[in-house]
Amino acid sequence: MAQKAIREYDAKSILAKHWDKYFPDFTYAYETVIVQNGSELKKAAKENTWLKDKKLVAKPDMLFGKRGKNDLVLFRDSKPGDVTLAKAVSWIDEKSSKEQSVYFSFDGDTPVGEAKVDMLTHFIVEPFTPHKQEEEYYISATCVGDADMLYMSAEGGMEVEEGWEEKVTEVAFDITESEEEIAKKIKANIPKDVAKEDKEAFTKFAIGFFKAYRELNFAYLEINPFVLQGKKIELLDMVAKLDDTAGFMMVEEWGNVEYPTSFGMESKSPEVEAIEEADAKTGASLKLTLLKPDARIWTMVAGGGASVVYADTIADLAGIEDLANYGEYSGGPTTGETKFYAETLLDLMTRKKDAKGRDKILIIGGAIANFTDVAKTFTGIIQAFENYADKMKKIGIKIYVRRGGPNYEKGLKDIKEAADRLGLYIEVYGPETHVTDIVRMALAK
Amino acid sequence: MAQLFTKKTQAIFWNNNKTAIQRMLDYDYTIKRETPSVAAIVAPTSSNKFEKFFYGSDEIMIPLYKSTADAKLAQPQADVLLNFASFRTAYDVTMEALELGGFKSIMITAEGIPERLARAMNAHARSLGVTVIGPATVGGIAPGAFKIANVGGTIENIVQSKLHRAGSCGLVTRSGGLFNELSNIISLNADGIAEGVAIGGDRFVGSVFIDNLLRMEANPEVKYMLLLGEVGGTEEYKVIEAVKEGKLKKPIIAWCIGTIAKHYDSGVQFGHAGASANDDKETAEAKNAAMKAAGIHVPAAFNNLPEIISGIYRELHAEGIIKDIKEPSLNIVPKTRRSKEFICTISDDRGEEAHYCGYPISSVATPDTGFTIGDVMSILWFKKRYPRWAVDFLETVLKTVADHGPAVSGAHNAKVTARAGKDVISSLIAGLLTIGPRFGGAIDGAAKYFKYADDNKLSPQEFLAYMKKEGVPIPGIGHRIKSLKNPDLRVEGLKKFAKENFPSTPLLDYALTVEQLTTSKKENLILNVDGTIGILMVDMWRSLSYADDEIDVFIDAGALNAFFILGRSIGFIGHILDEKRLAMPMYRHPMDDILYDVQKAPEL
Repeated sequence: MAQKAIREYDAKSILAKHWDKYFPDFTYAYETVIVQNGSELKKAAKENTWLKDKKLVAKPDMLFGKRGKNDLVLFRDSKPGDVTLAKAVSWIDEKSSKEQSVYFSFDGDTPVGEAKVDMLTHFIVEPFTPHKQEEEYYISATCVGDADMLYMSAEGGMEVEEGWEEKVTEVAFDITESEEEIAKKIKANIPKDVAKEDKEAFTKFAIGFFKAYRELNFAYLEINPFVLQGKKIELLDMVAKLDDTAGFMMVEEWGNVEYPTSFGMESKSPEVEAIEEADAKTGASLKLTLLKPDARIWTMVAGGGASVVYADTIADLAGIEDLANYGEYSGGPTTGETKFYAETLLDLMTRKKDAKGRDKILIIGGAIANFTDVAKTFTGIIQAFENYADKMKKIGIKIYVRRGGPNYEKGLKDIKEAADRLGLYIEVYGPETHVTDIVRMALAK
Repeated sequence: MAQLFTKKTQAIFWNNNKTAIQRMLDYDYTIKRETPSVAAIVAPTSSNKFEKFFYGSDEIMIPLYKSTADAKLAQPQADVLLNFASFRTAYDVTMEALELGGFKSIMITAEGIPERLARAMNAHARSLGVTVIGPATVGGIAPGAFKIANVGGTIENIVQSKLHRAGSCGLVTRSGGLFNELSNIISLNADGIAEGVAIGGDRFVGSVFIDNLLRMEANPEVKYMLLLGEVGGTEEYKVIEAVKEGKLKKPIIAWCIGTIAKHYDSGVQFGHAGASANDDKETAEAKNAAMKAAGIHVPAAFNNLPEIISGIYRELHAEGIIKDIKEPSLNIVPKTRRSKEFICTISDDRGEEAHYCGYPISSVATPDTGFTIGDVMSILWFKKRYPRWAVDFLETVLKTVADHGPAVSGAHNAKVTARAGKDVISSLIAGLLTIGPRFGGAIDGAAKYFKYADDNKLSPQEFLAYMKKEGVPIPGIGHRIKSLKNPDLRVEGLKKFAKENFPSTPLLDYALTVEQLTTSKKENLILNVDGTIGILMVDMWRSLSYADDEIDVFIDAGALNAFFILGRSIGFIGHILDEKRLAMPMYRHPMDDILYDVQKAPEL
């Protein structure tokens, strides 16, 4: 997955780090801290004295927006702009002490859909910046289709999505356009409503912003709003995604950036994290997503395409309630890597019996491999069987194998022999059987 | 360009990926290609000049180059680049190839190239009309003509899936893993594929479905097309547009995988990086429905694909659009092969009669053949038959260096050894072992340094300064007694021969300007016989159109000293036979000719 969301704090930190390069005509105070609870904020105040001197704004920094509508922005105690450090500390402690409900979409001020419930763990705290509404602007950039898009509006703030068509100017850029062409195009498309005295500054800022978006390999970058006061810029609210495939080139530029899971998503199980860690270390690909860990059908499929086809077929023939996981291994993993992957799955699969008392089904599927040595990867799976055979028999598991490719005859023969020797139920098929037909066979039993 | 590849297509393979290259050559052998499909390998960190591969049970050598530029220069006919660089360098490799030009298509295997780089690379290639396959792909195939790397898997699977000869389906997939599977399904339910491309799994790939389908529409070998798409992206809609506009008229079968994704929110990534629906329009279901509405043949599920394929195939076959295929005869790749330890490229003794580089010995041995010893040297040493003037020069050199009297160190050693009662070979070797930097070796050195000076356009003054800095006396300059006024007649002879017979002698001309400068400093600093030979050898090779780096290889290999070794062996053997004839006794050096200065070794 190439595009990953980052925290607002990290987005601001990246821009601040390169501020003079992209925005030499402007100043940005970069007064911002991220904390997990009140006492961290108190500690932060020792180094960042502005936390004591200024009035503050605090809000969760956990990838979700609509914080104002969810009543999760602290900017007033008794009146706007009177939040002290003590108030921010107590508010953060209160909000982080129990689960909070967050709605992701609204119709006007009415929440739509179901709320996600989760703990708030990260808060960003900044000075309260008194400003006039007309000093607020909107800007964002992303890639749509093959083009980069720049969106600009004279109207900042949270209402911008309502009335997008009228308020926002969209400009599209080819990847091949030169810096001069880009600057010219931006200049020619500054929203009409931008105040006359701000026009030049807005243009300069927009050009720098779009350059930063491109050169720092952001996949999405939004400031809503930013406040323009002469040469002074305040970034009131930011959303950003990075193209993490560019990470190897951006070590210096991005610094130590974190990719958090989104609010309300179940946190990753240690097994999934272990697979991710293994995946990061190998040239091969190891992927695992747990869908319904108590479900009956587990898949261990080789190849990104084949794994999707198996998931489709299981959803079609059995229904998604029966599909426990999604994942794939490919790109010629070593025997050891395959063993680790298989053991992780078998461990998860043998924790609970099927609720209806049926046998569980393990689909060891795959298309006809291009270069992965089937016998070698199957050796890893066989080693995992050897370690988990007792547990597998206790839970009751029927194994269905279908695979082709280099050395597949040996691989199929080996896995059949091993399963028979260990007393496991197994059916084994090669390329003469249609790739997903084992799903039908398994369900027919 | 209706066809992506032909049976003549050759590729430059970036990265010495031996398994993949061997698979390509096994394929070439199986389908009886005339030339290997890999013309060159780029291996920036290897110092080898070639890599051995099997071609059937024989072995062939594929040249290795340090850069794409070198490879392309040496193999200009290779118009496909198989870019197997990692995601860190794949962009640079592609951009360099686009700058060099001459590539019709570039295949990129790396997964996870930074998106902005991938976009820039794809756009640049498109503007130059170069077809990019990938990134993040296993490649593509034109069955019976050219196969990229690992596509199709093992040779057994290739034949089983009828990828060894052209069928009638044009296949385009996103997934590389399912590419093989579909080839297999198509071979089981129809007559195989005519051309197939896996476009790659990254979000930004070079050629997309529509590019490949339009090319296949124009390819008369393709009778119908199969498209396997995926959830995410809107590329399938371009295909729908083209069908509606009548740009795609051949029957199309299509299916988008990832119908399961609708059950989950975007937190679950099914399949490739490109596979994530940002919009209802991008779901597999919506795309399948839209394609069906446009008249594309869409099965009810992936499981039903086989029946759709066989239905279309039977229909086109009944209409006579698809004809029966005559199965071609194939070579069978042997199961066990052994790599050879030695390689020989100059002579062959396996037939009726031994050959020197293709010339049977009887065709060069006797005077009536017109071959002299110089001809034989030229073919065995340099693998080319030289023109008469060059052969004459080689022989002139041999004759000139054949002997220089009994006092030189080599001849002296040979004589001493012979007098110790040793045989001809021992005595000869004793003499030859003295040949080196101080005796005879000046030929190599002169060629090397004068060529360096000339290549770098050094003036004689600059050359002298350079040698002084190196701390080396100029090889080939200086004689014990000879001077400009009292010239070495051997040198005069060589110079005269060269002036009269060589097409040109630029390095000798340069060396003579150097000689003017050195002799102005000291009379006996003339161009000596070693220097003249080394310099004229370079002039000869240049006149014979050898490239500079080839000449450098000769010099580095010691080919120049070889002339001295061969020529002087004649003289040494003469001296040895002389000793034997005279039956001279054991030689002991007179003690009064030795300065004895021996101190007691101090104890430590």
